[in-house]
Amino acid sequence: MSAMLGGAVLVAAVDPVPWARAQMAFTLAFHIILVPLGVSWAFMTLIANYRALRYHDRDALVLAQRWSKYIAVTFAVGAVTGTVLSFEFGLLWPRFMGQWGEAFGVPFAFEGLFFFTEAIFIAIYIFGWRRLRPWTHFWTGVPVVLAGILGSVSVVAANAWMNAPSGFTLGSDGKVTEVDPVQVIFNDSMPLQAAHMVIAAYLVGGFLVASVYASGMLRGRRDRYHHLGFVIAFSVAAVATPIQMAVGDSLARWVYNNQPVKFAAIELVPQTSSDVPETLLGRLNEDGTVSGGIPIPGLASWLSDPSTGRSTVVQGLDTVPADQRPTIRQTNTVHLAWDVMVGLGTLLFLLSVWYGASWIFRRRMPASRWFLRAAACAGVLAVITMEAGWVVTEVGRQPWIVYNHMKVEDAATGNTGVWITFLAVVVLYTVVGITTILVLRGMSRRFRRTEELAEHEVPYGPSEPPAVPATADEEPVR
Amino acid sequence: MSTAVAAVLLLAVIFYAVFGGADFGAGFWDLTAGGPERGRRPRGAIERSIGPVWEANHVWLIFIFVVLWTSFPEAYASITLTLFVPLTLAALGIVLRGASFAFRKVVATTPQRRVLGGAFAISSVLVPYSMGAIAGGIASGRVPAGGQAGDPVDSWINPTSVLGGVLAVAVAAYLSAIYLIWDVRRTRDTEMAGYFRRRAMAAAVAAAVVAAVGVLVLRADARYLFEGLASRALPLVILSAVCGAGALVLLVRDAARGARVLAVVAVGSIVCSWGVAQWPYLLPESLTVSGAASPSGTLAAVLIAVGLAAIIVLPGFVLLYVLDQRGLLPEEGVDDAGEAMADA
Repeated sequence: MSAMLGGAVLVAAVDPVPWARAQMAFTLAFHIILVPLGVSWAFMTLIANYRALRYHDRDALVLAQRWSKYIAVTFAVGAVTGTVLSFEFGLLWPRFMGQWGEAFGVPFAFEGLFFFTEAIFIAIYIFGWRRLRPWTHFWTGVPVVLAGILGSVSVVAANAWMNAPSGFTLGSDGKVTEVDPVQVIFNDSMPLQAAHMVIAAYLVGGFLVASVYASGMLRGRRDRYHHLGFVIAFSVAAVATPIQMAVGDSLARWVYNNQPVKFAAIELVPQTSSDVPETLLGRLNEDGTVSGGIPIPGLASWLSDPSTGRSTVVQGLDTVPADQRPTIRQTNTVHLAWDVMVGLGTLLFLLSVWYGASWIFRRRMPASRWFLRAAACAGVLAVITMEAGWVVTEVGRQPWIVYNHMKVEDAATGNTGVWITFLAVVVLYTVVGITTILVLRGMSRRFRRTEELAEHEVPYGPSEPPAVPATADEEPVR
Repeated sequence: MSTAVAAVLLLAVIFYAVFGGADFGAGFWDLTAGGPERGRRPRGAIERSIGPVWEANHVWLIFIFVVLWTSFPEAYASITLTLFVPLTLAALGIVLRGASFAFRKVVATTPQRRVLGGAFAISSVLVPYSMGAIAGGIASGRVPAGGQAGDPVDSWINPTSVLGGVLAVAVAAYLSAIYLIWDVRRTRDTEMAGYFRRRAMAAAVAAAVVAAVGVLVLRADARYLFEGLASRALPLVILSAVCGAGALVLLVRDAARGARVLAVVAVGSIVCSWGVAQWPYLLPESLTVSGAASPSGTLAAVLIAVGLAAIIVLPGFVLLYVLDQRGLLPEEGVDDAGEAMADA
């Protein structure tokens, strides 16, 4: 018994840093899936709403109304997981917040403002369907779209600040003595990073929503309603994808110029050299050699600066001491994530080209079942692409939490119980994830059963006289 | 400028208590509604009264954190390091609450619903208790300055924290019952209105008793706070007591509408009195508000964001609240596509 207790204490007093890191990564990875829906789904809903009002399109109206109900659910889950993140900044990284809160925190003041706006107008929009005049109601949706964009720009500004810290003065004791909020928010990395994330939100949100309708169409639901749902969502994604590639390219060049070590990890460059190949897959070994993979000669150099072509010099990992660059494992993670992001991104781009070409030449979406199959997968692929991109920027910044100013290990809490909270969070979030999917699917089934257009039913209950709550779910369709 | 930011912080805490508190309180009534048969109707009323969008009430909490970590980062680090356990419990409770609430609606069988309903209800009590315990730990001077960790156990298991936790649960239950009277009355369910009216009165009495006992607890355990309440913050304490008593009288007379206003003022002013009582300290007797404040650039940015919020958010919030209170908001919006078309 005492041996068991001793063992428990031994296990309990584990180094919090890897656990804190794992917990932050896990909760962010979860939250980031909800972000695109919060940011871009409202926009797609407004497109449908606009169509409905402008052309008296009944299918579009039903679509907009149903989408707004789904958004209520995803927004609620996003609000909860976002709240947890604001706890975690302090619980997991108290020393980071204590030292840098006055600078790093500034963008969040504005994020809070935009989140607030978004929450209120989402509520008004969802509740306002019957009570506001149709066009007035439409306009209450516009602040949701704007606040979604500006909110994610604010959050990314904070992340960008970690990559390009600026806008503060340090006193002799190493503490921040002065802050220039404008410089903090509009730091060097912010414009491209923010653009990359906002467009990613539209891309992922579009593909994700479209994929649901694509699988519906594959199952034979080829009515106008499904067609409309697919076309609106997929068009948004198809427009976003090529823009995203251009922005991503610029951002990679920004990293090349400003975070050379991260770039070296991305491109798997152990030593500084010119004519660096773009290695597809492959790995960095402990002895600093690269093995495996398919090298494309000179491409990494050429992409880094096309004006100097293959002679462009790319700084290697070995230019900084080992404790100031990602570890071998982290480097391999960054590189693999990069390959995944670029690879899947390219596939999504080709799919968008197929779609665009069909519209241009045939004036309709591609009829092929293979296109629908690909589109049905595109949602999940887009999420993976986004997650991979996020891994590139976060793991690539290691070991720094504030680039060149503070290391992750110096930022973490000293609390040795973090492993417990990590496990609890994983269990809870798994439940939340399953819940969310079940709720959304349940809603969709209910909508389908109610083929006629009147419906009260959403997971939070009908607004009809009480006395039936226990069986409300199974209540027959009106 | 740091004073202005501190006032904003206090205001956000008050709003979270008043708006968020009621949400959590509903969970308390869910928990105490009895067996599946007996508790069916009150649970139904509770379920209808809180929709998913109201999870957005956490925006107040996020706002509190944001103001803390931007404007008083060292104090924030001290608080999170010291009060790690109750903060974690609150965070997990918030997730569990949201998840189990949604889940309860999609599962079909009664046993499953009971498990998930239980999780919803217990976490609804756990979160306000933790928040109250955190407030107690801070108010009784158990969080040290300088980004240091205080006692990880005593900081939240102590007389003032227990008082804060119990008071938070009681107040949340009280507010929620008063809102629920209004809610069920809209559906013309007089029986349920009576049900929640009795509970609102019970909760009011309970909160008053806890507050009265609390005076003794604070005198023994949180001297600085006690003295502040007895001097600077005395008008607020009196206001709270008068409004609380007035609300109770109106409840007895079945004037729910006026009772609601007075109840909100009573709760708001008692939270406000906490802030005034511990002035000028952010962490009583170890860190003052001005000593903890960030550079002026940061404070200015926070105040600008708050000003913008007042201009942009407030009108929307008022509109939403008015629509909600007039009962113009059908749950989750639409029920008929044709009707909207006809208007167009």
